[in-house]
Amino acid sequence: MLAALVIVFREVIEAGLIVGIVLAATRGVPLRLRWIALGVAGGVIGACLVAAFAGQIANLFSGSGQEIFNATILALAVIMLTWHNVWMAGHGREMARHMKSVGAAVSAGERPLAALAIVVGVAVLREGSEVVLFLYGIAQSTTAGSMFAGGALGLAAGAVISALMYYGLLAIPAGKLFRTTAWLITLLAAGMAAQAVLFIQNAGYLQLLTRSLWDTSWLLPDGGEGWRGILGKMLHTLVGYTAAPDGAQLIAYLGSIVAIFALMRWERGRHPGGKLVAKPA
Amino acid sequence: MFWRLSLIPAAFVVVLAGCGNEGAGIPVSLKDHRFSPAEIHVPANQPALILLNNQDGAAEEFDSTALKVEKVVPGHETGNVRIRPLAPGRYPFMGEYHADTARGVVVAD
Repeated sequence: MLAALVIVFREVIEAGLIVGIVLAATRGVPLRLRWIALGVAGGVIGACLVAAFAGQIANLFSGSGQEIFNATILALAVIMLTWHNVWMAGHGREMARHMKSVGAAVSAGERPLAALAIVVGVAVLREGSEVVLFLYGIAQSTTAGSMFAGGALGLAAGAVISALMYYGLLAIPAGKLFRTTAWLITLLAAGMAAQAVLFIQNAGYLQLLTRSLWDTSWLLPDGGEGWRGILGKMLHTLVGYTAAPDGAQLIAYLGSIVAIFALMRWERGRHPGGKLVAKPA
Repeated sequence: MFWRLSLIPAAFVVVLAGCGNEGAGIPVSLKDHRFSPAEIHVPANQPALILLNNQDGAAEEFDSTALKVEKVVPGHETGNVRIRPLAPGRYPFMGEYHADTARGVVVAD
């Protein structure tokens, strides 16, 4: 049972952290729970479909369908996270000002909510499909009952991670919350872009700069077994920590950060009104 | 955004350059949640391809942080596991869903 708990927990960490960040980033936006719940529900349905058709997906692209699929939905999440940050750069301040006047915030909040619901859906789908395949596998074993109990506890532990992330971020003063979540979302997107590059490489494409630049796995692995693996995986999700990145991954990571900040800056320039309430971090 | 656009032409060049140098593929089977062979030899500094045939009914995730691979292979299916060019050394991997028995190592030499 403990094994199942740990395996399922390890799979759901990423989705748990992302849901927590999205909840914090949308603090005070009406209807956000409906959108996020929609993202989670869509992700769960998608996960079951992906698990059911895992064989067919894998056989696409001469056996690299799974990698291409993962890279594609990660790229989708990167685009949605970028869209959210850029949109917030233009409207965030005015939204924060109007947060208490519900009517204004409803329309102001709708667009990034759809993007973030997709991000949540993608995270749940990616990790969820692996959980479904794992649980489906153990359903055939003799110890299925206790393994399912372990799996359920693992899912609950993932929900606890969401809650800790959310309440941890809420401890940040409201004035700095959006700035913090903008940084978190940027690093989240950069880490996903690097991960997408890894999947493309593992699909057999982009065989460029594949040498690892350094290796800090002796200090902290970015996944795998034990509490260090779980800690490393959490950092991997949050800020894109990779123990042994290669050149292509590093370029994707840094390039995403630069591109997102450049786009945010450009969007902010188009909304000069926002500068009225600008204040140092 | 912009960097990604610039990668598209680069990707095509690399795709063309990178094709067909992996050899035929090394067959590895998984049965009763054990890899066979559990020690897989690949030439160092060259890409390699492992053809993992999962003979169990349950799905397995071929997982290795050392090899930078996470690949789910459903039950009774064969999955391609691409190994990037490796410096000489030993690279452990496991079947994440049955890590107590499903273990192995890729040896680059």
